[in-house]
Amino acid sequence: MNKVGRLYSDFAKGILDENPVTRMLLGLCPVLAVTTAAINGLSMGMATTFVLLMSNLLVSLIRNWIPHKIRIPCFIVIIASFVTIVDYSMAALVPPLHEALGIFIPLIVVNCLILGRAEAFASRNPLPNSLADGLGMGVGFTLALTVLAGFREILGAGTLFDIPIMGTAFEPAILMILPPGAFLGLGLMIGLLNWLNERKKHAMREEAYYG
Amino acid sequence: MAEIIVIFVAAALINNVVLIRFLGICPYLGVSQTISASVGMGFAVIFVMSISSMVTWVLQHLFLEPFGITFLQTVAFILVIATLVQFVEMVLLRYSRSLYRALGVYLPLITTNCAIMGIALLNITDGYTFVETIAHALGAGVGFLLVIVLFAGMRERLERADVPKPLVGAPIALVTAAIMSMAFMAFTGFDVLALLGM
Repeated sequence: MNKVGRLYSDFAKGILDENPVTRMLLGLCPVLAVTTAAINGLSMGMATTFVLLMSNLLVSLIRNWIPHKIRIPCFIVIIASFVTIVDYSMAALVPPLHEALGIFIPLIVVNCLILGRAEAFASRNPLPNSLADGLGMGVGFTLALTVLAGFREILGAGTLFDIPIMGTAFEPAILMILPPGAFLGLGLMIGLLNWLNERKKHAMREEAYYG
Repeated sequence: MAEIIVIFVAAALINNVVLIRFLGICPYLGVSQTISASVGMGFAVIFVMSISSMVTWVLQHLFLEPFGITFLQTVAFILVIATLVQFVEMVLLRYSRSLYRALGVYLPLITTNCAIMGIALLNITDGYTFVETIAHALGAGVGFLLVIVLFAGMRERLERADVPKPLVGAPIALVTAAIMSMAFMAFTGFDVLALLGM
């Protein structure tokens, strides 16, 4: 595969095939906790994407200077520094969102997705590929969070990004924006994707069989 | 004293760390295949959570705040927790082989367990005193042990259940967790003191 093709596949794999949330089940705490409204899901996804991109960038740049034995503490310090930047920037620029996301902003530091990408990808690959990987994983994560949050907000409050869309006759199911709705929504979302995937595979097998 | 008991029970049941606060979901889904593994993980979490909450509380109030460097909180806490887990592992290996055998394999997993870091941060944001911090951390740990063992029991049975194919594995586990979370929501507004006759 040529260089550009490789870059594209490093980016694209994070969106569906290796989606961090629905395929790899990484970083589920913020996925479940902040997806009560679409805007919260979107902003949490963007904050995580920023940290992921910056940590992949830095880890990839200095990957040949980090001694192998202390690489994990090094990664953690890099990640924690960017998390602090996001935390303070959000507190200054968007205080209501910072309030809504609460301790889940500093907790980006223990999101296993970010440490996982630093260890499994950025510390072994050159800069352009690491950036493509970080961006793809970040977009996949943001997409999963926004879709789940949108689904919960529509059913639980009858709105999407705070705009009423369900009409006045709709009785919101409060349960969906309470904690059980998070588990239920994510479980059904992964189940639906599995089902679609299974159908696609089945169709491909049939096509191969009958030509 | 009553205050301490309320904090403990609230942390264990009403604001359950996994089902209501969504902290520590990774071990909750990952180490709940068998009851014995979940018991080991639960005790390892209680142990590390109590020690790390005490240490981070002291760090925050004796170092970060007096020197005006609270912006280093995230970096300092995660480093202290990571170091502490390593240290606990070495101490157990040296002084208590039996405890090390029981908890050892779960300790490295705990460093990236957001429940530990989350409770350490909540102790600070909720403004707990040192004693309240201990009660809060112990309560959260006991709450974690309780739900992970209950959940492992259910998953052992789910193994033999006839689950729709796309839901096998993580999805059905999440739906089960949703029902458990619903059950735990019944504790909301629970009067702890009346229950204890105080």
